[in-house]
Amino acid sequence: MSIHPDFTPSRQLQFGVFFQGVNSGTVWKLPQSGSQTDFLSFRRVAQTAERGLFAAFFLGEGLRLREHLARVHELDVAGRPDSQTLLAALASVTHRIGLVATQNTTYNDPADLAHRLASLDLLSGGRAAWNVVTTDNAWTGANFRRGGYLDHADRYRHAEAFVEVALEIWDGWRPGALASDSRGSTTARRWLAPDSVRSVHHEGQHYTVDYEPRLPRSPQGRPVLFQAGDSPEGRDFAARRADVIFSAHPGLEDAIEFRRDLVSRTIRAGRRPESLKIMPASEFVLAETPAAAREKLAWLRELQIGPQQAIAYLEQFWGRPLGGYDPAGPLPDVEPAVETTSETRGSGFHGAKARELAASWRAEAAEKGWSILEFVRQRNARASRSFVGSYSEVADRLAEYARIGAVDGFNVSPWIVPSGLDDIVDRLVPELQSRGVYPTEYAGTTLREHLGLEVPASSWA
Amino acid sequence: MTRPNGLIGLDLDDAHPSGWRFAAAPPSSAFSPERSLRRVLDAESAGFHFATFSDPTPARGADEHGRLDAVQRAAHAAPLTRTIALVPEVEATSTEPFHVSTQLASLDYVSYGRAGWLVAVDGSAPRHAAVGRGPLAADDAFVEAADAVEVARRLWDTWEDNAEIRDVAAGRYLDASRVHYAEFRGRSFSIKGPSIIPRPPQGQLPVFAPYGQVPPAQADVLLTTAPAWDLLLAEAALVRDENPERLVVAELDLVLDARGQAGGERLAALDATSSWQSPHALFAGGPAELADYLGELLRVADGVRLHPAVVDVDLPELAQLVLPELRRRGLLAPTVPDTSLRYRLGLRRPPSRYAAGPLPVYPAPTADSTI
Repeated sequence: MSIHPDFTPSRQLQFGVFFQGVNSGTVWKLPQSGSQTDFLSFRRVAQTAERGLFAAFFLGEGLRLREHLARVHELDVAGRPDSQTLLAALASVTHRIGLVATQNTTYNDPADLAHRLASLDLLSGGRAAWNVVTTDNAWTGANFRRGGYLDHADRYRHAEAFVEVALEIWDGWRPGALASDSRGSTTARRWLAPDSVRSVHHEGQHYTVDYEPRLPRSPQGRPVLFQAGDSPEGRDFAARRADVIFSAHPGLEDAIEFRRDLVSRTIRAGRRPESLKIMPASEFVLAETPAAAREKLAWLRELQIGPQQAIAYLEQFWGRPLGGYDPAGPLPDVEPAVETTSETRGSGFHGAKARELAASWRAEAAEKGWSILEFVRQRNARASRSFVGSYSEVADRLAEYARIGAVDGFNVSPWIVPSGLDDIVDRLVPELQSRGVYPTEYAGTTLREHLGLEVPASSWA
Repeated sequence: MTRPNGLIGLDLDDAHPSGWRFAAAPPSSAFSPERSLRRVLDAESAGFHFATFSDPTPARGADEHGRLDAVQRAAHAAPLTRTIALVPEVEATSTEPFHVSTQLASLDYVSYGRAGWLVAVDGSAPRHAAVGRGPLAADDAFVEAADAVEVARRLWDTWEDNAEIRDVAAGRYLDASRVHYAEFRGRSFSIKGPSIIPRPPQGQLPVFAPYGQVPPAQADVLLTTAPAWDLLLAEAALVRDENPERLVVAELDLVLDARGQAGGERLAALDATSSWQSPHALFAGGPAELADYLGELLRVADGVRLHPAVVDVDLPELAQLVLPELRRRGLLAPTVPDTSLRYRLGLRRPPSRYAAGPLPVYPAPTADSTI
């Protein structure tokens, strides 16, 4: 089976690790559940990933603390550091692994953000990446100078203008313009060759930038761009601008369809389809035998979704407290408080038709004989991005992805911190290596080299 | 507050604009991670209590005008140091206060409580044009900076220390009653909160501020400066007198005798290509004389921050000759690994201001309400 006549897959896989830091995916209830803020947790995960030749260490971002029924959400892991500050610290205790910061185009200033990313790229020796995200809600805007100023429909146009400014800033210095010899000179030699800096002027609908770039290119040219949007606009944006898509399509059929779509869009955007890498989010539940892995999965789901989380899950759609309902009993007979769920509260749910949804869920749960807890666990399992099985079984499945060229790798979300990568690195990686689909050494020193991405040309050349 | 005896800090960037001409490595390696790191490690080995990372106003010209991000340089050095405090300069009026607060709190985490904030207040056109705004008049910048410091402090307190409860039986990771909204309304911005990161290890990061640019009550350390030595002594004494609850750190530029040249000769060579316009008093001379000077200064100030003309040349002299001499004379506070900056400064770790309940809405200060 071929993905697309104009697409040549690498037939190799790369791993990234997504240190989630929030939400129910990370189990905090076990004795071995470590700190989510202690630097040692981040260091341990990043160094383990590097031992397993992972291409990238990935941090998310949320600029307002998640809420539930008008107060801070209590049930899941929450509270995490600024991604670039944390990654700058990791840069000095790791040597090869890429460092990916999720940063929002809506609540940052382009010059400031581009400067900080360029700085991280230099401090890490060319290992930095930016996962470009865009938000539009006034709820998050309440933490920032400009508040909620962006219409939902404008967010990708805005994000793209923002990225263009960043690219211009990163291309702002003539390569090789810094003096290469200065020692003891008291003559009028210059630190930087004349006419080597190009100011950036941008006047757009949403902001004005008048800026003199302050840093040279890094060993990988500029930071790698990740993008995660899945809407048609998001996909086109990625096809034009991104180096890597952090996708939500880890299932094989789904992944193939997603790849085909992106190959077409990338070609339409005038780029080589191989220049856009796809790494879906994924979770791994591994054991010695398939049966043991299935048992482990059931145990894991119980830890991730307890009775309180199940009630809270329904409350997000019902828009009212449901604490009086028994998690072991049927779905609530009371109607949701609203017709449509309100703006996002950091939970990822908004605009759902609450009453229709409640009716269909009630019917489904009644038909299958599921309690609230069982129903929510089932829903969660359906949305799951898990590979479950023995080490060799899962390695076989992943090798199939590589053979077909469905993805370029996986962005692994460990479900426990900081030990969650240990079995993947110690057991799964060697299985993949023996199948010839996983690197046996780092391809170079920069993230672009690990991912097989070309160094972008400088416009000064 | 227990006053510390003799704090000594170092700014890690060449104070003289011509400094790069005498640096150990050429400009082409100015942005290498090794270079940034080595300076911090050298400062720690020399026994400095704190290092500052500057973030000057962008300028053009024949001299150095690039700069890595100050918070990142500090964070980068954090895992490889254990004793020295890391104090990046972050401009307060052109940045997003919420991000600044989170970045500094994160620096406190990665350094295990060795972070501080050196507040810069810069209303200049280049700084503000970068974020699409016009320059700020001094009075407006003063108010804006006061608001930025206040909201950062509030955000650091929004999570009480015991907010993360991990109550397995109840299924609760947090206790929401211990996480608070900042509800900040300043003159030009409002911030809701809470912070997205739990309370930093120090609770409150020590805030260093140039005297006169931020209301003294919002700073822990007031940086005082004067254009000449005798004026500096008088100014430090005056500022400490007027602000008995604050620490006073005096700013001093220096060019030491080094490499067979007297400080004055080195200064002449540096000045030959670029003029040095600094608001700080300048010392040019030998180590024994500098030790005498600093002894005098540390009687009226709690500490000094040294600005070497050329870090690569002056820092080895400071490390080998000056700091050992000051230690011998008993003029310096000890250096203790794995302690917080607050501890080093003699500041207690305060409880969260929200521990007793929510605060009233913050009233914006006005330019004439302070010093």
